[in-house]
Amino acid sequence: MFGWEFPPHILGGLGTASYGLTKGMWECGDMDITFVIPKPFGDEDKHFANIIGASQVPVAWRDVTRDYVEQRIGKLMDPDLYFKLRSNIYADFNYMRTNDLGCIEFSGRYPDNLLEEINNYSIMAGVVARTLDFDVIHSHDWLTYPAGIHAKQVTGKPLVIHVHATDFDRSRGNVNPTVFGIEKDGMTHADHIITVSNLTRQTVIEKYGIDPAKVTTVHNAVTPLSEELLNVEVTKPKEKVVTFLGRITMQKGPEYFVEAAAKVLKNNHNVRFVMAGSGDMMDKMINLAAERGIADRFHFPGFQKGKQVYEMLKASDVYVMPSVSEPFGISPLEAMQMGVPSIISKQSGCAEILTNVIKTDYWDIDAMADAINAIVTYPAMHAQLKEDGLAEVNQITWDKAGAKVIDIYHKVIGDKH
Amino acid sequence: MKAICFYFQIHQPFRLKRYRFFDIGNDHYYYDDFANDDIVTRIAMRSYIPAAESLLRMIEEGEGNFRCAISITGTALEQCEQYVPEFIDLLKKLAATGKVDFLAETYAHSLSSLIDPDEFANQVKVHDEKIYELFGQKPKVLRNTELIYCDDMAPLIYEMGYKGVITEGAKHILGWKSPNYVYSAASQPALKLLLKNSKLSDDITFRFGNHDWDAYPLTADKYIDWIASTPPEEQIINLFMSLETFGEMQSRETGIFQFLEALPRFAKERGIEFWTPTEAVEKLKPVGELSVMHPISWADEARDTSAWLGNKLQREAFDKLYSVAERVRLCDDRRLKQDWYYLQASDHFFYMATKHFADGAVHSHFSPYETPFQAFTNYMNVLSDFIVRVEEQYPLEIENEELNSLLTTIRNQAREIETLNKEVNSMRQNIEHYNEEHRLREKKAQEATLDEVAEMPEAPAEAPAKKTARKPRATKADKATKTGDEAPKRRGRKPKNKE
Repeated sequence: MFGWEFPPHILGGLGTASYGLTKGMWECGDMDITFVIPKPFGDEDKHFANIIGASQVPVAWRDVTRDYVEQRIGKLMDPDLYFKLRSNIYADFNYMRTNDLGCIEFSGRYPDNLLEEINNYSIMAGVVARTLDFDVIHSHDWLTYPAGIHAKQVTGKPLVIHVHATDFDRSRGNVNPTVFGIEKDGMTHADHIITVSNLTRQTVIEKYGIDPAKVTTVHNAVTPLSEELLNVEVTKPKEKVVTFLGRITMQKGPEYFVEAAAKVLKNNHNVRFVMAGSGDMMDKMINLAAERGIADRFHFPGFQKGKQVYEMLKASDVYVMPSVSEPFGISPLEAMQMGVPSIISKQSGCAEILTNVIKTDYWDIDAMADAINAIVTYPAMHAQLKEDGLAEVNQITWDKAGAKVIDIYHKVIGDKH
Repeated sequence: MKAICFYFQIHQPFRLKRYRFFDIGNDHYYYDDFANDDIVTRIAMRSYIPAAESLLRMIEEGEGNFRCAISITGTALEQCEQYVPEFIDLLKKLAATGKVDFLAETYAHSLSSLIDPDEFANQVKVHDEKIYELFGQKPKVLRNTELIYCDDMAPLIYEMGYKGVITEGAKHILGWKSPNYVYSAASQPALKLLLKNSKLSDDITFRFGNHDWDAYPLTADKYIDWIASTPPEEQIINLFMSLETFGEMQSRETGIFQFLEALPRFAKERGIEFWTPTEAVEKLKPVGELSVMHPISWADEARDTSAWLGNKLQREAFDKLYSVAERVRLCDDRRLKQDWYYLQASDHFFYMATKHFADGAVHSHFSPYETPFQAFTNYMNVLSDFIVRVEEQYPLEIENEELNSLLTTIRNQAREIETLNKEVNSMRQNIEHYNEEHRLREKKAQEATLDEVAEMPEAPAEAPAKKTARKPRATKADKATKTGDEAPKRRGRKPKNKE
């Protein structure tokens, strides 16, 4: 598998989903999974997959001793693997910026030279593909499609790509032609395409012109939360708290949340609104909240990570995800796990599988305001959504998703057992 | 000898419009007139009217053999009067044949029997009045909302003057017993119970047009055969269903109307009669007592009240609604009372069910809302506004009892004022009467004195004395009668100013 993020060092939903799916497939048994990520930190959970860091894969031959390798990258990679990979270098990449081990350094994030990193990643993939023995190539999201295509061309093994999002979601329609090109290329070369929702499946079919027969939806799931996270202690304010949690970007529809908040606050003063996260629309939202005269009840605590996210959720009475276009959207499921009733837009993929949530159109701020008000005003509504939501979300497990993916593997490999 | 007892239900709730929380306190009209008009008219055209025409034909052609019962809720009557008055005329025609029994039920199709006996009794009474006004019948048999029944209700129902109750032949109540007998209530043996034969009723309502059903196609011949082949000692087959079965739940194309109209002919061939519920409870003796500890109904698989009160949403809405029951009954704002009835319709709670599978499908089929949560939010918003209005009439800070005593004081005072007014009136009349008499007497006296003066001038000593004594009194009385019209008005205003 080629991926870009892997917990605990994640920037968005992609890492969580890749991790969950890999683990779910491992639970189904009889799977030997290698997961390639740009830059491991050494604290990843390795018991169900071999983690290979792209930053440790040599693409140029260096004459180094075993001890040196052990000392340099020992905690990230087995030196034996390093030498095995080194013997599979297929071209001279010395003209590239390589380090003392002949490896390319990856940031593992989304830097300005992202396209260059993607290219480097696919160069590295060629080495990995020549070294390892495997049956299927699985690429997570567009960043790793070129790597997947390369690996397929080198080995002739079937390629499955996993569409976690398309550029149509990220840009509300104004796609970046380069990104579109990479995505389209990946989909064309893929033997099978997995989408995280029917919504995304439709985008892939309609906007990228892909044969529907090779596109299958496998909805995301959630990993059960640890006791520690479920029982985080927070001091709740005496008012009700309504939370938006995510990147404050066009895709997530933050302005609808602010408008709905203004509507609620006009009639109900017992509520506070929180917009946690950061993004290019944050300043605009702060201005908008001030303009609506609700700044005293509308808070921007900034980007939350790790445990903070769960503390935030625990302190909330309502979780709102007004995304304009959301391929799946795992955060409402996490909110439900924490026992927080969620309001999601009908334009999000998770709306396809959830019933114990309130669904509104993202632009329907009246409906959204009404739903927020109902949950904070009528205790039965809160209790019903909380309990049934919890029961529902506990049924959405990764091993079910994993089993579906394994079925797809069998199909592309062509064996019938 | 066997008899079929048909009863058809007609009910339509007043569906609520989309009511946002910011409408609370601003907008006091709750109903979606367009949807109500649309739905009621559609169902009437497709089902109620053709079905009623079929029943009319069956009665006319049946030479007095065919009988049935109809139960129609107050809210349905109101909507039919408003949107399809021709259907009311048809019902009147049916009533005029004397073969159709109208049953008693709650005016608003409410669940009041489960929580508020006073409200229940009141609604049944109001409904009876409406039925009498329209169809000239005084119902003898009660059909509670959705056939809800339990032991606790029986004494009250009997007290209200009903001989029988219609309810569900729920399997968990009957056990090995058959629904094809009349039973008596365990808590009030004088009250008879008619139990729905679920299998035979549902064969028509749910399975008639189902191609996958092994008995498909169901013909009248076959159906009557089934009834005739029940054990000979079983006396009565209770077929209870919604009138919507004909034309709406089973479309006209399935041949449901022809099936219905053919039933009396085949029944006659096999010597099966048709009785109304009233006849059934009069003619048949109960074979035993039936105890129903927990309320049963004809809804959902569970046949209990979980269709309306199965989850937290429903309970909260239900408790909230009836928390103001006493207050609403205290006041006499006509619009408030009307809304009070409309909001009690069980349908509003039915839409909030969070059941799954087959039951869930039935709930969402009837619901105008996309999700139960939407149904709940909308209803609670409306209810909040309604409660605000009730509070405006009577502030919440005053306890119900205190309010009650205050109201009794006010009422007592009103009564007192009334009696005092009466007294004043009679006094005034007395005075007037007295004055008139007095005037007449004076006239006579004057005439007499004039005569006397003319005839008997020698007796002047007494006359002037009489005059001086009488005249001031007479002028006073005159003034009183003249200002008499104004005086009470002034008197009436004064206390108000004081307040």
